[in-house]
Amino acid sequence: MTKFKDIGHISAIYGTLLNVKGFQNIKIKDLVKIKNSNILGEIIRIFPDYAVVQCFEDTENISLYEEVINLEEPLSMELGPGLLSNIYDGLQRPLNLIYKSVGSFLQRGVEVPPLSREKKWEFFPLKKLGDKVVGGDVLGVVQETHLIKHKILVPPKISGKISFIVSQGNFTILDNICKINSNGKDIDIQMLQKWPVYINRPYKSKYVSKKPLISGIRVIDFLFPIAMGGVVAVPGGFGTGKTIIQHSLAKWCNADIIIFVGCGERGNEMADILKEFPKLIDPTSKRPLMERTIFIANTSNMPISAREASIFSGVTMAEYYRDMGYNVAVLADSTSRWAEALREISGLLEEMPAEGGFPAYLPKRLSEFYERAGVVQTLGNERSEGSITLVGSISPPGGDFSEPITNTTKRFVQAFWALDATLAYSRHYPAINWLDSYSNYTENLIRWWKIKDIDWEEISIDWEECRSITNLILSRENELKNIVQLIGMENLPLDQQLTLFIANLIKNAFLIQNAFDEIDKFCSPRKLMSMIKLIFILYNKSKNLIKSGGIIDDIKELESIEVLNRMRYSIKNENIEEFSNIKKKMIKELEELGRKYEERF
Amino acid sequence: MSIVYKSINQIEGPLIFLKNNHKVVNGEFIRIKLESGEERNGKVIKITEEFIIIQVFQGTDGLALNNSEIEFFGESFSIPISKDMLGKTFNSLGKPIKIGTKETIKTEIIPITKKNINSGQINPFARDFPTEVIQTGISAIDGLNTLIRGQKLPIFTGQGIPHNRLIAQIVSQAKVLTGEPFLIIFCGIGIILDDAMFFMKKFLESGNIHNIINFINLADDPTMERLIIPRVALTTAEYFAYEEDMHVLVIMSDITSYCEALREISLAKGEIPSRKGYPGYLYSDLASIYERTGKIKDKKGTITQVPIISMPNDDITHPIPDTTGYITEGQIVLSRVMNKKGIYPPIDVLSSLSRLMKDTIGKEQTREDHSDVANQLYASYSEYIDVKSLQSIIGEESLTEDQKAILKFGDSFETKFINQNFNENRTFYDTLNTAWEIISILPRRSLIRINPKFIEKFYIG
Repeated sequence: MTKFKDIGHISAIYGTLLNVKGFQNIKIKDLVKIKNSNILGEIIRIFPDYAVVQCFEDTENISLYEEVINLEEPLSMELGPGLLSNIYDGLQRPLNLIYKSVGSFLQRGVEVPPLSREKKWEFFPLKKLGDKVVGGDVLGVVQETHLIKHKILVPPKISGKISFIVSQGNFTILDNICKINSNGKDIDIQMLQKWPVYINRPYKSKYVSKKPLISGIRVIDFLFPIAMGGVVAVPGGFGTGKTIIQHSLAKWCNADIIIFVGCGERGNEMADILKEFPKLIDPTSKRPLMERTIFIANTSNMPISAREASIFSGVTMAEYYRDMGYNVAVLADSTSRWAEALREISGLLEEMPAEGGFPAYLPKRLSEFYERAGVVQTLGNERSEGSITLVGSISPPGGDFSEPITNTTKRFVQAFWALDATLAYSRHYPAINWLDSYSNYTENLIRWWKIKDIDWEEISIDWEECRSITNLILSRENELKNIVQLIGMENLPLDQQLTLFIANLIKNAFLIQNAFDEIDKFCSPRKLMSMIKLIFILYNKSKNLIKSGGIIDDIKELESIEVLNRMRYSIKNENIEEFSNIKKKMIKELEELGRKYEERF
Repeated sequence: MSIVYKSINQIEGPLIFLKNNHKVVNGEFIRIKLESGEERNGKVIKITEEFIIIQVFQGTDGLALNNSEIEFFGESFSIPISKDMLGKTFNSLGKPIKIGTKETIKTEIIPITKKNINSGQINPFARDFPTEVIQTGISAIDGLNTLIRGQKLPIFTGQGIPHNRLIAQIVSQAKVLTGEPFLIIFCGIGIILDDAMFFMKKFLESGNIHNIINFINLADDPTMERLIIPRVALTTAEYFAYEEDMHVLVIMSDITSYCEALREISLAKGEIPSRKGYPGYLYSDLASIYERTGKIKDKKGTITQVPIISMPNDDITHPIPDTTGYITEGQIVLSRVMNKKGIYPPIDVLSSLSRLMKDTIGKEQTREDHSDVANQLYASYSEYIDVKSLQSIIGEESLTEDQKAILKFGDSFETKFINQNFNENRTFYDTLNTAWEIISILPRRSLIRINPKFIEKFYIG
């Protein structure tokens, strides 16, 4: 403790705020620690004779004049091998180790390092003595988990000549593995590096991706896709399935690394995901999905200032893996709880409130978070690309999307998945409303989907055209729905009846997806295209049948319709060829029906 | 070892200011003795070099700058707990009382332990996901919104809806099927005396009284106490769950009174209000109560909460039910329309939800067909609502045969499945068998949510 000499004394306590007198050398956002109880806090205001400290834990049993130590650095993440498959709170305290050391209930001021100091990692150097390196270059690699090679990078802003590097062997994260001579001075490099959470890690350049983040959820991948490095908001009232969508993404999306931030949400939800994840196996590598995942859990009853930090903690870890050239997805559930933490702290500070009681700087803070997404060319001499995709759920009060968080967030995101209570009540999941949701990424992704498309001679439209026809049918259905209520289905013209029938088929056989079904939970792009194209073949053929005097009820009775209704959970992603069989049978049935009509007339 | 102040510097709403003359700790519990002999309690909420600011639980009426003694004990509020509490009734400070006279009574409660009412938060990593049922004997709950040990499942209701009968019924019927020790803690927050008497009578009649502990804050008791009583009840629950290995069901009525008290105190402290005057931290504050539910990896006991929320103006988007719904694992909504139809319990099935049931129900806990049956009932009942509105426009004659069957299904679903007697205690088997009687009104081929092998086994006719 000799390192820190700047010590102050508490002069007032109110809520989680302290006034501290006597600091010599403090900056805003620097960390401090109450000496007796190890409670951490952050400097948030400075006055001539005292500073205001926001504590990260509650201040019960603290008294005046206790010593407070200035730690002289802002809140930072420890970055290095060992992050993956771990669970942290918003301040990167390892919850599994805390459980082992103090038991089931959290206690204040427990100090456990986020990354193990003892564990030895096998380091494979990729550079040699005398090599010239710059920030972002890969010094060597560590096999962190079976899925992920952890690259040890030269920290940003450091460059020079390697004057020492260890040979392959086992090292702890604190061992010096390399020295870089920069302007005549040797800088020691360890595997453990630190980075402040509120500062963006640097990169060479940022651009727009042409690759999608495949979620395996049809309504998303087909109607409202996101690009790698994209940003999306998922607003929805309670019970509309935000968390299930976030969990599905965490489980099955095609990012390399997942960072799941449970921000101010339910404890049992975290228990659910923590129980399930170790059992889930990645379909391609056959390894547990835990090995690519980091959890940050700051549940609703945990301290709010740590909640405020949690999403920035998550995105800082994401940037670290992005700089190694990985595609990272950060799933933040929920950003409303984060904003509420901001509001609460602002209220304690007696700041003038803006809309909804939120502080006037809410949009700035939100944009600081969302703007950390994107595809970048990373630092370093090797050309490498990494990305961060951000998915933030929003819990609007009363399910009303006109509230400040939803509205402000909309300005910073490119895709918007509006969850709808009416759909959820009728148990239509995922309850993404197809009329209110949007995605601005589609244009960039057309080429990618062309490559993934299936080639059937009966139908020549691509992903983009399928999308626009689907949208047309669904919006047409929305108009017709009201008319049906008034005049009854049988009084509609046949072509409109057909549109309604097809719209229903699209909803029930295609858009509905069961996140808990062994087969239906993930839908590959090719399965998706097969499914929608089957429906469109049916649509086209039925139009012709109707022209030659057919009626909808005959079509509804066809065996193939039942097959279509079941295809989402009866056909595995691997068995795409089965769709061709269904297609053949369906066309045969439709042609037979057509012949029946010809005979009749 | 206590320190006594004899004068107050300033009184403002529920707050008193003392000149700071000793080393006080934040959150400390204090006692105020008035000249009249009356005792009040309070808590240190702010300390500066000049003042100690205390929030008085029973209000500051009758206090003057120098008619009382303020006593500091150097510790935060904790309550004595012991097994002697079973079957008794307590006030918000954990003292045994007699409802009706409100007198504290001298009984032999020998505390085994003293607990701070603000326990630490459960480490999310220490939680075990809840997967065992509680049987309430009420079909609409057990069948469609199963209550799971370690779940928080609120009941949303309105004035004039018989939620008190429902609570009384749950209290007398609820049990765990494994035969493990089970305890009910009833926490009345700002309830009127009539209701309190009703509960006491019904609990007594249930014959279950030795497995019930009551904590009662009446409507005319100090509002500030409403903020403590749920925490007192939960602290007691935690003791019985985690140290005595019992499954504890905590029923709290009415959270709306709690939130109103929170608003009153917040505004008195001059805090900036958020929606409808409620403080911005309503969510975090409610979470600090609701999240004390759960199942912990290395403990045998569990805590389950059923908070009652009366929705002001029947508005489910009001901040209290809304915030609650975001924290709890589902909700049971009572409906005025169902009540008018004479259906008891008047549960609005379609807007009710138990998030934890899907992982639990089935062969081992209830019966193998439970999940499919529940899905089919939901699907067909929501179809019933649509057909019903169609019927009112185009008339019953124009409906198809299937639609007519749906109408018949829906009517018996409401009158036979949801509707049950106040004293009727149905087992899971009873509930599911009743469900099959009703499902069998529908043609076999329309039961698309049920696995054919269950239709084979259970379909009647």
